[in-house]
Amino acid sequence: MLEIHQLHKSYPIGDSSLHVLKGIDLTVESGEMVAIMGSSGSGKSTLLNIIGMLDEADSGEYILDGLPIKDLTEKKAAVYRNKFLGFIFQSFNLINYKNALENVALPLYYQGMKRKERQELAMFHLEKVGLADWAQHLPKELSGGQNQRVAIARALAANPKLLLADEPTGALDTKTSYEIMEFIQQLNDEGKTILMVTHEEDIANMCKRIVRLRDGVIMEDKKVQQERVSAYV
Amino acid sequence: MFDLDLWREIFQSINKNRTRSLLSGFTVAFAILLFAILFGIANGLKNTFKEAFGDDATNSIFINSGRTTKASKGLQAGRRIQFKNEDYDYIKETYNNKVEFITGRVYKNINASFRNEQNNYSVRAVHPDHQFLEKTKIKEGRYINQNDLNNATKVVVIGRLVEEDLFLRTSALGKYINLSGIPYKVVGVFTDDGGDNEERLIYMPITTAQQVYGNNDYIDQINLTYNPELNYDQALAFSSSLVRKLKERFLVASSDQRAIRVRNLAADSKKVNQFNLALTSIILIIGFGTLIAGIVGISNIMIFIVKERTKEIGIRKALGASPRSIVSIILIESILITAIAGYVGLLIGMGVLEVVGPKLEAYFIKDPAVSTSLVISATITLIIAGGIAGYFPAKRASKIKPIVALRDD
Repeated sequence: MLEIHQLHKSYPIGDSSLHVLKGIDLTVESGEMVAIMGSSGSGKSTLLNIIGMLDEADSGEYILDGLPIKDLTEKKAAVYRNKFLGFIFQSFNLINYKNALENVALPLYYQGMKRKERQELAMFHLEKVGLADWAQHLPKELSGGQNQRVAIARALAANPKLLLADEPTGALDTKTSYEIMEFIQQLNDEGKTILMVTHEEDIANMCKRIVRLRDGVIMEDKKVQQERVSAYV
Repeated sequence: MFDLDLWREIFQSINKNRTRSLLSGFTVAFAILLFAILFGIANGLKNTFKEAFGDDATNSIFINSGRTTKASKGLQAGRRIQFKNEDYDYIKETYNNKVEFITGRVYKNINASFRNEQNNYSVRAVHPDHQFLEKTKIKEGRYINQNDLNNATKVVVIGRLVEEDLFLRTSALGKYINLSGIPYKVVGVFTDDGGDNEERLIYMPITTAQQVYGNNDYIDQINLTYNPELNYDQALAFSSSLVRKLKERFLVASSDQRAIRVRNLAADSKKVNQFNLALTSIILIIGFGTLIAGIVGISNIMIFIVKERTKEIGIRKALGASPRSIVSIILIESILITAIAGYVGLLIGMGVLEVVGPKLEAYFIKDPAVSTSLVISATITLIIAGGIAGYFPAKRASKIKPIVALRDD
């Protein structure tokens, strides 16, 4: 599904530069649910952003579903993001003047889908996250958990190969976090490959594999016994 | 290609971000409004000015006579110079190719009456050319013609206000007006842009006046216009040649300033033209100034808008928006707002000029107006400026890495 070899990334800071990723090797199979952990500054978000084609690596190989991702033009990156990837952000990143349904339908708009079709599909995904009744509400009229579910529905709408979540529970209280995680586990059960950045141990333990980063290198990469959210509640 | 979805996106963005849309719309509308009003007022000033000097043909030359102030060729100072028909003929023949229109004038003040109404008016006895020199406009009937002149017929052409005064609300045409006891047939009624005084005049054939009021062939004044093809220097040369010839003819010392006076409007009209040029420059400066202020305003707002939308742009890009679609959505939105707002400003501006305009005549502003095409070009300029001002930040924003745009701050 996803192969990364010797990935390097540094950011210029004034005259010097900060070496954030120092040769990452990572392989993720289809259907996995991986948590990337590490303290802040460990490079975990940078790694996720490169995987999400939101940022570019300085050197190294990145192959997504057999497709080498390199020398991306803006246009090409946009197409790949749209076709292959779904994003879930800590701060939801919904467009504040669009209602839930319109937000979910937006990736479909960029796929060039017809209005009627995309609204039906968006509605289908909203139903899936249990927010069909809130379709016409604006983000500010929804709770944090509801907004994150809208964001998940949006990430799913384009039927991506890979779901990327950057601290998906970071802005939520524990109860809501677990609800969201339960939902993400369900998606994984249905076969979605999920990559998630978190710094919370309990959230990481709900995944099937934990990759620990420190100072730009992988310290530890182990499979874990997934803890089902349902067991907590 | 008409992309309905794109337009839906744009209208939603405009509609849901009202403050932003109104702000930029207001800037543009206000700039266009100011542009229209300032331009209109400046044009009004120009109109007033034009009217003040526009009554007589600008290529006119007026020739008057007076008393000599210097002895010359054995004749004493203080001699009165009197033009006669032969002098009129002399000028007409000598300068045949340089004179466009020429007329003599005899002035008389008379008491005119029709039935019970009576009043005092100035009579100008003239040649038919006078109509063109004075830019007299015939409202009804006709002007004095050559036939009247040849036969010294007792006909008059009266001003619009004379008709109003004496004939009340009836038409004067064809009726007989009594001028100091002698009946004259009214063959025409005229109007004149020169104001009320010009419309309280009575014109009659010069030969009639010479016959009736003295039985002589005296002429008080000779007015002419020179061939409009003469340039400024040629026109001045023409009038000085005229002065010289007339002084010789009447045996007047060449240094005598009073005996024969020639006033050439070309000299005046040069000043008028210079003033007009200055006024036009001021108008242009005002117009461009307003426009530049508008451009700066809309540019600032566009930069602000793009900044405000950075996060939205990041989200859209993460979801698969191409850079082109980002630029077009921002640009079309701004162009749409500018165009609509510009049109609103144009309508308000023209409306204000229409309503307030007539009340400004007391402040030397007459018919303040601005041509629609000018305001539309101004609006288009603003739209283009807004487009350019929006394009660069939008282009830059479309190139920002989504990760930068999405950074929480």
